[in-house]
Amino acid sequence: MEISIEHDMKMSELVTRHPMLVMMLSRFGITLGFGDKSVDAVCAMHGVDTDFFMLICRAYLGVFPSLEQITATNMDQLVPYLRQSHAYYLSKRLPHIERHLHHIAERLPARVAKVFMSFFDGYRQEVSAHFDYEEACVFPHIETLRNRLKDSYRIDTYVASHGNIDDKLDDLLQIIFKYLPCTSADDDALDVVYDILSLSTDLKNHASVEDRILVPYVKQLEQTAL
Amino acid sequence: MKRRVLILEPSAVVAKGLVSLLNEGMAVWNIDMVAHVSEFRNKVRVSPPDLVLANPMCIDSPDSLGLPEGCPILAIVYQYYDPKLLAAFDGVIGICDDREAITAKMLAATETAAPTRASVAYELSKRETMVLVEVAKGLTNKEIADALNVSVHTIISHRKNIMRKTGIKSVAGLTVYAIIHNLIDESALL
Repeated sequence: MEISIEHDMKMSELVTRHPMLVMMLSRFGITLGFGDKSVDAVCAMHGVDTDFFMLICRAYLGVFPSLEQITATNMDQLVPYLRQSHAYYLSKRLPHIERHLHHIAERLPARVAKVFMSFFDGYRQEVSAHFDYEEACVFPHIETLRNRLKDSYRIDTYVASHGNIDDKLDDLLQIIFKYLPCTSADDDALDVVYDILSLSTDLKNHASVEDRILVPYVKQLEQTAL
Repeated sequence: MKRRVLILEPSAVVAKGLVSLLNEGMAVWNIDMVAHVSEFRNKVRVSPPDLVLANPMCIDSPDSLGLPEGCPILAIVYQYYDPKLLAAFDGVIGICDDREAITAKMLAATETAAPTRASVAYELSKRETMVLVEVAKGLTNKEIADALNVSVHTIISHRKNIMRKTGIKSVAGLTVYAIIHNLIDESALL
């Protein structure tokens, strides 16, 4: 796929060409209705650094920055952006999927419904614990380093423990695809499959922003702090 | 189709005795035997067996033999071995076992094996279903191995097959599967 996205293109053109980017606009506080304004202009309106915005957009399209590009970019908004993303998943996407699952569960035998919903609950707790760790350990670490203070935490600890949280989401799809009784041609089931697939893609992109932007950035901060 | 069995046993008396015992009555096995590891490796390469019976004395560990994935291996035992060593095998055939006992162990071992290229089965075998139920209850591989009286190695290979057949990776997901298929009662959940 050709990735030609530039600061001076229209924001409407950017999201028309790459509709998946619409999902992350709200995490930057950017609202729709941008008329014919350029990416630069829309970012400026919402106090977003355009270079950083483009860095994240490109990562979502599978193009990751070099260390030089990361160092040359203003990273002030990295942590706020990631926090917003976490809040978005936890307070919007997951409850949305849960509502769909509840509709499905209503038509299941009670004992299946119970274990089905508690499976999703387990997944949500796993995601939530994963985010909590980042907010409790990694983000404060970044703040400390940015304030040019020393810190005993090391990002390598995070890299080692940054497990994948995809497994259960994949399992959920398999269960809906293959094993739930009587859900064929069921609108709720199809809607939720679509939502789960888009959440799964989104979370994979989110994880790659952390692996390919956050981690190299923090490593470089750690080296300069030494 | 007869299952291909390859015996690795340095003693001709034991090997030939085993073959003649297994060929009594209706022959369900297609048996070949070798006395040395080098010969064994060649055979495995030329015609991969469905089941291996090997004397632990001949090998460092079952994993070092380069067996095709999912090919079970039973130990032929007529002297003392460290239980830890034997635990790496999928089962043990004793020199005093009778024909029925040996056949039962061999059948149990092949039943758990991954299906061959020709047959792509998605149905869980009886044994896999038993393992799945224990996994869903929250037992560890070690606990399941002890309960079913097989090696941890065997449980791991069952779990791989369960994962491949169901498409479900997490324990919690397997629990949902078990409940949907009425394999366990919710009161069995921890």
